[in-house]
Amino acid sequence: MVYQHSVGANTYKFKNLKDVMAKATPARSGDFLAGVAAETYAERMAARMCLAEIPLKMFLQDVLIPYESDEVTRLIIDSHNTQAFSRISHLTVGDFRNWLLLDTTDTACLMQVASGVTPEMAAAVSKLMRNQDLILVAKKCTVITAFRNTIGLSGHLSSRLQPNHPTDDARGIAASMLDGLLYGSGDAVIGINPATDSLPALMDLYCLVDEVINQYEIPTQSCILTHVTNQIQLIEKGAPVDLVFQSIAGTEAANKSFGIDIKLLEEARAAALSLRRGTVGNNVMYFETGQGSALSANASFGVDQQTCEARAYAVARHLSPLLTNTVVGFIGPEYLYDGKQIIRAGLEDHFCGKLLGLPIGCDVCYTNHAEADQDDMDTLMTLLASAGLTFLMGIPGADDIMLNYQTTSFHDTLYLRNLLGLKAAPEFEQWLKKMNIMDQQGRVQAITQQHPMLLKMPSHLLKQL
Amino acid sequence: MARDAVHLALDVHALETTLNAQGLRTIHVCSKATDRASYLLRPDFGRRLNEASRLQLQQLNTAPVDFLIVVGDGLSSLAIHRHAAPLIEAIHSIQPEHWSFGSIVIATQARVAIADEIAEILNARMVAMLIGERPGLSSPDSLGIYLTFNPNIRCNDADRNCISNIRAEGLSYSAAAKKLIWLAQEAARIQASGVMLKDESDHIELPVVNLELGG
Repeated sequence: MVYQHSVGANTYKFKNLKDVMAKATPARSGDFLAGVAAETYAERMAARMCLAEIPLKMFLQDVLIPYESDEVTRLIIDSHNTQAFSRISHLTVGDFRNWLLLDTTDTACLMQVASGVTPEMAAAVSKLMRNQDLILVAKKCTVITAFRNTIGLSGHLSSRLQPNHPTDDARGIAASMLDGLLYGSGDAVIGINPATDSLPALMDLYCLVDEVINQYEIPTQSCILTHVTNQIQLIEKGAPVDLVFQSIAGTEAANKSFGIDIKLLEEARAAALSLRRGTVGNNVMYFETGQGSALSANASFGVDQQTCEARAYAVARHLSPLLTNTVVGFIGPEYLYDGKQIIRAGLEDHFCGKLLGLPIGCDVCYTNHAEADQDDMDTLMTLLASAGLTFLMGIPGADDIMLNYQTTSFHDTLYLRNLLGLKAAPEFEQWLKKMNIMDQQGRVQAITQQHPMLLKMPSHLLKQL
Repeated sequence: MARDAVHLALDVHALETTLNAQGLRTIHVCSKATDRASYLLRPDFGRRLNEASRLQLQQLNTAPVDFLIVVGDGLSSLAIHRHAAPLIEAIHSIQPEHWSFGSIVIATQARVAIADEIAEILNARMVAMLIGERPGLSSPDSLGIYLTFNPNIRCNDADRNCISNIRAEGLSYSAAAKKLIWLAQEAARIQASGVMLKDESDHIELPVVNLELGG
């Protein structure tokens, strides 16, 4: 197929499908870095016009990264559900956008087609959509998962409590955990990024969070965000592992740079399932992704960073995760330069994830070397919550003192729940009320020294060292 | 402070003076990134030596070393100004005596992977990159160490082990040095670093409380 589009006297020619995709992408520093971005606005618009005319079927034939050399491509093609696809198989990318925006294309309809949509189709259509389109369609998608509580119900917004500490100090982590719980945070997961890779220290962290969850009988799950091979070893050593975490990317080579492949993730999932620790569901995986990771590993093969990101969702989808988190502004300005680019990327990732059927949340964040600030985060979190975001991060003061980046605070979750009338996961909300953290109207209560959470604090965590 | 730390230039002269006073030889090299703007937008530039620096190292024609230390400004020169010299002192005080380490290489406008190229040219069996981490709002001076065994320009992130958060409120110099030497000895034993090398150093360490004393 020849990919080209004429505007007036100018004909813009594109080398191949991935060239059309890259040049149709809203401008961002990572695609300039990779040398795949459109050189002019006119070229970008021509690429979009060209993309709009391409049949969705073409993405099954003209794969962007060869089937033979990339296991993610093989996964996408081999797991494609042709029956689910049949409903949209006659559409072009432009038609697909229009179809998604129809009132008659409702939640049930979108759930039916999800497994017939490939990451490339999702990425392609997103490039033709304005922010409001990305918000509206994502809002119509519902993805429900469960482990010790139910995540993703309509009208709910969960949060990951992220009690990181620069030296993994047990009391520091426990203090942040308690702080977050008292603000109603932690229903998605209590997930710690450890500073250390040391297996004995990781074992201690698993036991610490498990102890707190048991002590207060919290209907939530824990996760320690270390390499998947560490987690498999720790499961073998008897660690109380709820969710298995891994960072994933959209190409085989990028995943290799993370030290993983799909088979390893399947093994990890089987190991976590064997522990049977879920009570209301069996979604045992937690994935993190982010635009730019494939390019950063020199493994994007000329595919734009947003499409690479969407391909990572195929890997995630294959493993039925409880949560998938796009850590949108974490990677730095060489991939997403400023607040505008971060906001756009966050909305794209959330839309693509939801369209593909993923329980996707967003680490609404930036680094201090990017041109962004907390106001940009307010904008993005408000837009995403309007779009039905599954979960976001909760960190004391929105300042991660271990990973050194700026994300969202416990208050931010409360702000969004208050603003948009959203609730925590139902089992967790019931617990918040039982523990007198939240009143019957869902308002967070003032905490006195006699509060049961403070009185029941595990005593060894209160002792001075 | 975090925003300022990103743009603060590394005072190479002051660092060299301090390290020389500790009895160490130093070499200063530059990446392909010519200024901060190109450093921030072109990570590929920060990962490779510029032509002059590459030739400079090649012409040294030095003997192979066991354990090379590279210091890179990264995203926080403040971290290097504050922590590089005392941390190197702590590392050298406990590293095995028979290990040769050669000169300390100071790389400016540097990203982690530039250490691989430097180490390959200098024939180093292992390299420890001491680099200024991305500054956080309340942690603008955090230093990280990346250890690579058999470093070369084909290495990727899965080949490295990382020790992060070295600063007053984080990991102390002595704890970081102990961890690094433990990892380096293990890397030498299994002839690999990165995902293959699991940190079990806390098994052999004295009370964990040591980690919390701060630097």
